Amino acid sequence: MPLVRVEHLRKEFGAVVAVDGMTLDADGGEVVALVGDNGAGKSTVVNCLAGVYPPTSGRILLDGATVQFPHPLEARRQGIEAVFQDLALADLQPVYMNMFLGRELVRGPLRRLDRETMSAETQRLLDDLDVRIDSPRKTIRDLSGGQRQAVAIARAVHWAQRLVLMDEPTASLGVAETQRVEELIRRLRDRGTAILLISHSLDQVFGLADRICVLRRGKQVGIRTAAQTTGEEIVAMITGLV
Amino acid sequence: MAASKRAEVVTRLREVEPRRFVVYAVFLLIFVFFAATLHDDGFLSHTNLLNIVRQTTPITVMAVAVVFVLSAGEIDLSLGAVVALSALVTADVMQSHSAVLAIAAGLGVGIGVGVVNGLFVTALVLPSFLVTLASMGIVTGVARSITDLQAVAVVNQRFVDIFGSGNLGPIPGLAFWALGAVVLGHFVFRYRRFGAHVVAVGDSARAARAAGIRVDRVRLAVFVLSGASAALAAILYTGRLQGASYTLGEQDLLTVIAAVVIGGTRLFGGEGSVIGALVGSLLMGMLTNGLILWGLTSSEQLIAQGVLLLLAISLTLRGRRGR
Repeated sequence: MPLVRVEHLRKEFGAVVAVDGMTLDADGGEVVALVGDNGAGKSTVVNCLAGVYPPTSGRILLDGATVQFPHPLEARRQGIEAVFQDLALADLQPVYMNMFLGRELVRGPLRRLDRETMSAETQRLLDDLDVRIDSPRKTIRDLSGGQRQAVAIARAVHWAQRLVLMDEPTASLGVAETQRVEELIRRLRDRGTAILLISHSLDQVFGLADRICVLRRGKQVGIRTAAQTTGEEIVAMITGLV
Repeated sequence: MAASKRAEVVTRLREVEPRRFVVYAVFLLIFVFFAATLHDDGFLSHTNLLNIVRQTTPITVMAVAVVFVLSAGEIDLSLGAVVALSALVTADVMQSHSAVLAIAAGLGVGIGVGVVNGLFVTALVLPSFLVTLASMGIVTGVARSITDLQAVAVVNQRFVDIFGSGNLGPIPGLAFWALGAVVLGHFVFRYRRFGAHVVAVGDSARAARAAGIRVDRVRLAVFVLSGASAALAAILYTGRLQGASYTLGEQDLLTVIAAVVIGGTRLFGGEGSVIGALVGSLLMGMLTNGLILWGLTSSEQLIAQGVLLLLAISLTLRGRRGR
């Protein structure tokens, strides 16, 4: 039984069909890449899985049970976390507050914010993932692009029980920072989480993914095992020049 | 262990931003300046200093709420108008009913306007600047028409003692209202999840929503808080002046916002300080007081206040944009 299964997923926006019947499995410890040209429907799939939009039809199954996400909170409660393209970080807040945003720890009868514990747990998590940030009390705006990306990924890692969705996690990064983030994704996979990766970089896709799902104009063109396909084949599938 | 503790202290010290303390420095500077130049005019006298506290109490109460409003990335221009209407309703109801009912009516006005402001901002997704600009006009108009521009007197001595001129030992009762608002506000803002959510919403509504924070509920709450604070300020004015008039609160909106922003709250959301707002409020009160003692006319006071405000903002806010 796959950890996550998407079955005949379809999403319409008015007359536009953004995703037209997609079926995909992902297991723990597996990286599945979702590729396709602009407007192929990749982000729509991510948004459906993150509970941002409800699918028009089709099902999402977790460990074989059908689930519905009326609100992003419900997706998160079911162990699905997303790293959005814009990262969704609050820039003026410290790293540890971003890590615990919406799920802050409190203590005592007055339910005071437990900043010490949140900060210490953040430090432990960052150490765990080998993310180098001086202090969890630094504000996001004082971090580099790669560090911000690492914070967003670390947050998803911390809370995700089942699946992490990553929408272009290295699009805005330099070479060295991209390598660090890719390393982070590998470590995350080794911890047994399923990862759905959206990326424009085929090098990255081949470097990280176990399987590759190709979308074209909302339609699923096919799924290939990364080890048994080539860049040429994937490009042909993306562009429709098969 | 000791070394890591020291390293921790060092990193924390490095994170302290100097501009956060400018308000305290400016406050001390002006205090010392007035103390030196106005010594013979009684600036430092017990009575005068307590007077400053008494006069700034309504401003402080509203400033505490406005820290939440601005930190959430919103603004409430209807604040001063609500003061007038709440005060008039409180005084008017007290003429024929109990003080408790009058207070409830006054607070009800503030909370009601806050709810309406908040609903327009959240349900119709309108900018709070325009919504509260409109409600400011409406509330001002209602305040003027319900009493036909007449002042309403309050004779209930117990009400006046509690909300106005009463003292607890040597300390004016009004000081306790200010202190209470600041302590409660600081606690909620800095130590409760709600405060963290307010700041997160003002910082990035998108990030807050993605994190599962009910952004609209937070926004609605800050407008209710703002309206309630204006109503409490109105009740405190009514107690101190033993009556209400439509001119109450007329000048307060800008004073409150100035106090809050000088105190280190970001005008565009994401950052705030209740303690800073208290000091900002006392600073504004001290300025007015000192300038009066200097013998400046009210027009000259306005000019001096504007200049000093500009100076204070330049010191506190310089270089913050674009970061």
